[in-house]
Amino acid sequence: MLMPRIMPCLLLKDGGLVKTVKFKNPGYIGDPINAIRIYNEKEVDELIFLDITATIEKRDPPYQKLTEIASECFMPVTYGGGVRDVETIRHILSLGIEKVSVNSYAVENPDFVRAAADRFGSSTIVASIDVRKKLFGQYEVVIDGGRKGTGFDPVTFAVKMEQMGAGEILLNSVERDGTQKGYDIDLIKSVTGAVGIPVIACGGAGQVEDFSAAVADGGASACAAGSMFVYYGTNRAVLITFPERRKLEEALKPGGDVSG
Amino acid sequence: MIIIVDYGMGNLGSILNMLKKVGIPDAKVSSLPSDIERADKLILPGVGAFDTGMQRLRETGLIGLLNEKVLSAKTPTLGVCLGMQLLTKFSEEGQLPGLGWIDAETVRFRFDPMKTGLKIPHMGWNTVKVSQPGTLFLDMYDEPRFYFVHSFHVVSHNPDDVVAVTEYGYEFASVIQHGHIMAAQFHPEKSHKFGMKLYKNFVEYA
Repeated sequence: MLMPRIMPCLLLKDGGLVKTVKFKNPGYIGDPINAIRIYNEKEVDELIFLDITATIEKRDPPYQKLTEIASECFMPVTYGGGVRDVETIRHILSLGIEKVSVNSYAVENPDFVRAAADRFGSSTIVASIDVRKKLFGQYEVVIDGGRKGTGFDPVTFAVKMEQMGAGEILLNSVERDGTQKGYDIDLIKSVTGAVGIPVIACGGAGQVEDFSAAVADGGASACAAGSMFVYYGTNRAVLITFPERRKLEEALKPGGDVSG
Repeated sequence: MIIIVDYGMGNLGSILNMLKKVGIPDAKVSSLPSDIERADKLILPGVGAFDTGMQRLRETGLIGLLNEKVLSAKTPTLGVCLGMQLLTKFSEEGQLPGLGWIDAETVRFRFDPMKTGLKIPHMGWNTVKVSQPGTLFLDMYDEPRFYFVHSFHVVSHNPDDVVAVTEYGYEFASVIQHGHIMAAQFHPEKSHKFGMKLYKNFVEYA
């Protein structure tokens, strides 16, 4: 049976792993290669690496680090951060990374997503959409690491990304990031109801039950999480971890939950 | 030497990384006829559309040599993902004929995504049901599962060639073997210990 994918979403800054809260205050977690070795042992479904400063520092992806990352990853890997041209994507894929996510530049230039999907195939291109809640509860797509509003509504923008040929949507809630208070199910539901491509829920996961909710109630095809897989306990001690497979299977089987 | 055929489609780096992991440091990604000629084993990778794949393969000018290596010299060959589909006679995805090394064709998933609630592409980790161990599943770990990304799948005209099936809407052939020609629809290079074991079995096949 096909299981919903559960994936650590790991943030890169200056070559190290960090974790943010609401896209702010990146706290140092450790070396990405050590983390990957642990995730290999735990047999995680997939990994996402996002370089959170590549776009705002207007620089290339960290190719050297990505080479090291790819050579250690025996699961699919998505990279995002500072991707603005087809040649950059070609370079990233050549290292052994499967998918590339496009975020800020997809807003400035949606045709770029089409060019990338035509060249590399839809299943290689992930549209990463960061969303914040405005004052009266409306949602807005934001770019540049959450710094800049775009005026786009996430549902409309997600549909546009699908039309442009994106193969998946990584839907990230700025408010929920790092809080471990659960996913924004309303946001996920609104997007999954409007597109046919898989949506990866991101932002807010704190426990296995949150995955069940994102999949069963939100309609997500996959769930990403950061804090839950890099911290332990209320004091947020760094601990690279991943739930046992049986526990995930129990929670994610249709109609299943982990209580009792 | 194991040659991973480079025709500009697919994740060559990850296959190379996986082969290093299973102890094959000298595998090589190449599109040079001289490399293909002296290859002991061939891997045909691939991600993307069928016609683009066949077109690029034609542009390399390697098809004649590959036919000779695979069909006459019986060089053990592994097709992966699109590389599996290219081994068939044709695909519903495109117009160009396939390599036709196995008696099979490539078809679209035959279900309605709206009615079944199943998305296309079939993407993620799925289990396989092994009907015969063949080469690739010798001493495989229990409950093998692999990472899939595909919208089309292979239908074998020769039921004996089907090594393993996977359920997505219905059961389809996820691994095929016809003598020295083997193929997997999933990405073993991205499937943890299960994929490592599969590559190891291919590497050790004689």
